[in-house]
Amino acid sequence: MDLSFNAEERAFQAEVNDFIARNLTDEMKRATALTPSVFSDPDIGMAWQRALHRRGWGAPGWPVEHGGPDWTPAQRWIFETECARAGVPNVNVMGVKMVGPVIIGFGSPEQKNFYLPRILSGEDYWCQGYSEPGSGSDLSSLKTRAVRDGDDYIINGTKIWTTHAHHANRMFALVRTSDGPRQQDGISFILIDMKTPGITTRPILTIGGDHEVNQVFFDDVRVPAANRVGDEGKGWTYGKYLLEFERGSGIASAKLREGLRAIAELAESDLTGRAIDDADISTRISEVEVDIDALEMTELRVLSALQTGQNPGAVSSILKLRNSEIRQAVTRLGADVIGHDALAVEPMRPLYKLNHEPAIPEDMLTVMPEYLNGRAYTIFGGTSEIQRDIIAKMMLGI
Amino acid sequence: MDLNLSDEQRLLRESAERFITESYDADHRRRMANDPLGFSPAVWKQFAELGWLALPIPEAYDGLGGGAVDVGILMEAFGRGLVSEPYVATVVLGAGLVEKRGGEQQKQGILPRIADGTLKLALAHSERGARFDLSNVATVANKTVQGWRLSGTKIAVLDGHAADQIIVSAHIHDHQGPSGRIGLFLVPAQTPSLVISDFARLGGGRACNIEISDVHLPEDSRLGGSDDALPAIEWAVDRAMAALGAEAVGIMQTLLDMTLEYTKIRKQFGRPLSANQVIKHRLADMAIQCDESRSMALRAALRADAEPVERARAASGAKAKIGKCARFVGEQSIQLHGGMGVTEELEVGAYFKRLIAFDTLFGGSAHHYRRHAELGRTTVPA
Repeated sequence: MDLSFNAEERAFQAEVNDFIARNLTDEMKRATALTPSVFSDPDIGMAWQRALHRRGWGAPGWPVEHGGPDWTPAQRWIFETECARAGVPNVNVMGVKMVGPVIIGFGSPEQKNFYLPRILSGEDYWCQGYSEPGSGSDLSSLKTRAVRDGDDYIINGTKIWTTHAHHANRMFALVRTSDGPRQQDGISFILIDMKTPGITTRPILTIGGDHEVNQVFFDDVRVPAANRVGDEGKGWTYGKYLLEFERGSGIASAKLREGLRAIAELAESDLTGRAIDDADISTRISEVEVDIDALEMTELRVLSALQTGQNPGAVSSILKLRNSEIRQAVTRLGADVIGHDALAVEPMRPLYKLNHEPAIPEDMLTVMPEYLNGRAYTIFGGTSEIQRDIIAKMMLGI
Repeated sequence: MDLNLSDEQRLLRESAERFITESYDADHRRRMANDPLGFSPAVWKQFAELGWLALPIPEAYDGLGGGAVDVGILMEAFGRGLVSEPYVATVVLGAGLVEKRGGEQQKQGILPRIADGTLKLALAHSERGARFDLSNVATVANKTVQGWRLSGTKIAVLDGHAADQIIVSAHIHDHQGPSGRIGLFLVPAQTPSLVISDFARLGGGRACNIEISDVHLPEDSRLGGSDDALPAIEWAVDRAMAALGAEAVGIMQTLLDMTLEYTKIRKQFGRPLSANQVIKHRLADMAIQCDESRSMALRAALRADAEPVERARAASGAKAKIGKCARFVGEQSIQLHGGMGVTEELEVGAYFKRLIAFDTLFGGSAHHYRRHAELGRTTVPA
């Protein structure tokens, strides 16, 4: 048992760092540091995705025959960690990490041939149509309906919290195709072209000042039945499979560590009047750092288990829960560290393209928006309450 | 990079868990709680036969050459049984300091006898005025013509009543006066003018306070050379905290198992307690904190031989985090058992008390978060 890397792993680490040095531009790096929302804007995020794709690293988790790099869990760990350290763009995960695995697992050969290369190259930009105004935690109560009409479905209803729907050209959605005895029955998983007539998108501004999520309306939207993934009425199974990917590829600690490092640097700087000299701030930084250490070790234990073919099971809920809680602790600490500068509101976006001098130093610009946006981490992807339900059921059998 | 147990480690875990399940039951624990010695010499002999006393001792001294991770595996099983034998005092702290500081003759004279179970040690370091500051030692060792003269008072000496020899720390006063260095001295427990007052320890086992009044020792009673022993003491205590952290994980897991079982059986308002979401979520939080603690204990063990700052931060981080989680899991275990949880009729209380003792020993969470922070500051340029 040891934490050190072997010669091959060290060589791979050097290869990753070399790739990053060659492809991560100063512009991408600055834009990423100045983006308080979850994902980078598509111009930044997709530029990085294209670079990864050119190197054959566009989809680390995919099987080799679909363009995956065939990495060991340790290699994935190294890749994610080095990327987090370098501050690479946060590529929207809806394509590579979410719909991709579902298409690979359940899609037809035609769907695989058409969609997978376009996800890898960044040609398609995906959004997720899951939640509805009346269906949040109780997702399977969803009411958006797809009625069969010849070779098509006609879709009516609405989806909400749709991240980057205003950028996306495709959506994967859960829709109701019939009413079964259980509300989970009769749900189908369908791929929708966002340019189809009848789709309208309404922006929803969130409390941090960002436009990241939307509500999407469907009025008699005609979608070919060939766009359904897998069997009609089995969408709930596919959708849950996907949620396990959303809850964590299991490598989140490296990004949390970088977030904390940025806050600790601010705390040690004259910009904050050396907030670190406040014993309470300094101890809280340690508390959060230790929580990140614990999460990192759990991630490594899961990776090691995966290496021997074991299934992590409900531990993905622990990882999601702790990642979201620790992220909130980091951002709360950030807001306290910058003190009075937390009061300044900068309404313009993106923050890396301001055409005026901001009221506070650039290094602080994202701190309060990240704290405010951070409230969503314990809500999206299954609330913390839902994660605790899953842990109780799957791990404790109650 | 691989965190899976080796075949040997799996065997160690299985044999330790089997021993606890088969031989270390509730009756045994109750007997030991009222026993003047606080542990069983027969069990200690079995530990020796099973090779557990030899586990971390180097092979050159009849040991098995195991590391902190191996000790952690054993300690987690000990936690499940609430073992009260003086393992940490003798094998982790005692043998550790002899290995780290001792001269060749001292190592040869002591380590094989620890491994075969014929010698027990204890570390007398804490003092009332020092609180948890390891560098603060008021006990004095004055240089004499023949050797040393020690005077001072030590408190909370783990298992000191059972030790054959006690390692006493003292501030060295040589011919020039106070030296600013700490020395370690091997003091036979039978030394006259060494007054040992032992008491039952919270959560099982025993500890003692020791009055040292003008104890005369020969020159060769000093463990190691004339350099400052503080770095070795810190090294040994960090190791002990990692081991105790693993023990706490075993205790927490046992409490979680007991509490889960109870909430499934206990019915109120016509349904099991565990059918209530508030109870489910509490148990989920307990399970998460057990898991985080397991990660932190392993992390501290994996870094037990790292360079001092990294090792100390890992040990303090683990001690602080596990202590916090231990209090939560322990207190909630009692809460969810209702009135029965506060009685001596169930074992919940005994396991809970051992966790509280763990959190207090060598300093609580607040102390170790502060130590973690201070050590972190020196490595980050301001």
